[in-house]
Amino acid sequence: MNIQFRESQEAASPLTVKTAIADCDIHPARATRTELYPYLAKRWQHHLEIYGVHAYQGMMEGPPYPKAQPNASRRDAYPPEGGPQGSSLSFMQKQLLDPNNVQLGVLNPLNTGQGIRNHELSAALCSAINDWQIDKWTSRDKRLKASIVVGNEDGLSAAAEIRERAGDKNFVQVLLLSRNVEPLGQRRYWPIYQAAEEAGLPVGVHAFGFGGNPITPSGWPSYYIEEMVGHSQCQQSALASLVLEGVFERFPKLKMVMIEAGFGWAPSLAWRLDKVWQRLRSEVPHVKRPPSEYIREQVWWTTQPMEDPERREDLFDVINWIGWDRLLFATDYPHWDYDEPSRVLPAGVSEANREAFYLGNAQKLYGLA
Amino acid sequence: MARHVIAPVDELPPGTRKFLEIDGRPIAVFNIKGEYFGLMNRCPHQGAALCEGPLIGLAQSNSPGEIEYTKLGEIIRCPWHGWEFDIRTGQSYCDPRRFRVKAYPAHVEPGASVVKGPYVAETIPVSVESDYVVVEL
Repeated sequence: MNIQFRESQEAASPLTVKTAIADCDIHPARATRTELYPYLAKRWQHHLEIYGVHAYQGMMEGPPYPKAQPNASRRDAYPPEGGPQGSSLSFMQKQLLDPNNVQLGVLNPLNTGQGIRNHELSAALCSAINDWQIDKWTSRDKRLKASIVVGNEDGLSAAAEIRERAGDKNFVQVLLLSRNVEPLGQRRYWPIYQAAEEAGLPVGVHAFGFGGNPITPSGWPSYYIEEMVGHSQCQQSALASLVLEGVFERFPKLKMVMIEAGFGWAPSLAWRLDKVWQRLRSEVPHVKRPPSEYIREQVWWTTQPMEDPERREDLFDVINWIGWDRLLFATDYPHWDYDEPSRVLPAGVSEANREAFYLGNAQKLYGLA
Repeated sequence: MARHVIAPVDELPPGTRKFLEIDGRPIAVFNIKGEYFGLMNRCPHQGAALCEGPLIGLAQSNSPGEIEYTKLGEIIRCPWHGWEFDIRTGQSYCDPRRFRVKAYPAHVEPGASVVKGPYVAETIPVSVESDYVVVEL
């Protein structure tokens, strides 16, 4: 029989009952350039029309490296009604949430108001994107939860935005990106951590962003593949800074989530930090305990893009070090390096660990258990 | 191995592809410059609808600075993770040892021979005057 594949796939999906999961990295997009205008003061609408947006990045306003798929997204994720991938709730429900039985989906809007040189515009755009997340997404699908996007380079206005949203059950975390003007442990960012700790909200650090620095510690690389790999290097610098500046010491209830930067490097970074800390402890006396202890106690990790070593035992060794209670499953939908829920975890994982990996850890961390 | 009549030849002009399900298997049949290719429409990596991806060429290099670009339009690139497969053989180029997508022979048969069978043509009315695209699986 001749049937269009797409139709049959859609017809078949509701019949499959799958284990419930959380997806801790979903990227909602705007369908049009002006979709945020209803949430922006006229002053900023006109500012955007006249002056545009200037990011912490030289000469160009797009992403620093061209992407390998349109909008860095799956080619099969264009909504039927038009607009870019990730811009339609009904299609996201049909393609991601329903067939995969996603019970908790955490929205992480990118390219919003972060990394912009005009800090007042940055704050206005972030506030608008937060209103937009409620209006377009979380108020229409209770499975979805929003992230408080904050103007990252102005700690005080970022903290004000967090305090304004604190207690609003639409939001489950504060969102930062890994590329900033300075390493994330620096004091200019402390008001963000303080406000998040007070609000009882984890702070997610998602790969990407604009900081004006070369995207690797050794300069601008030639290839997109180097940007992709470089996300873990960038996140390592951010995490080392958070530990060594004393952020975890100063804010002991703060929880950080490393998003989309891998986790295979976590043990090696922690071992190296511990070793050097033993020798140079007096330089950073405010770091009272071995760095690995802060990392193990205050850091969570999203899984995608999941490390995929040849031997699954190697993966399990890493996870055992991090802790099965620290991983948060994520797909990165609709982006092209999406992880399919049923295909990421090799065989040989206990039922309890599997449940924690896919759902339980996220529910607990985000206060939805 | 059964032969399935999937379309009259003028319904699948060069540069087009047709998606079907045959015996529960998602299949795509391509017409590339008059040659026909059948391929399983499921990526062996994470299960995406592979054949909805773009057809590109094969970039290869013997040493840095030398690039050969061949097999133009014969490499299917997955719409999710960009894994590349040779449309003629189903061979993977990122991990040929572990991954291959099933390729099915496809070609054109005149209506006269299709009418005689043994072909499966459940939904395609077949007449002797036309030519048909046939895929074997």
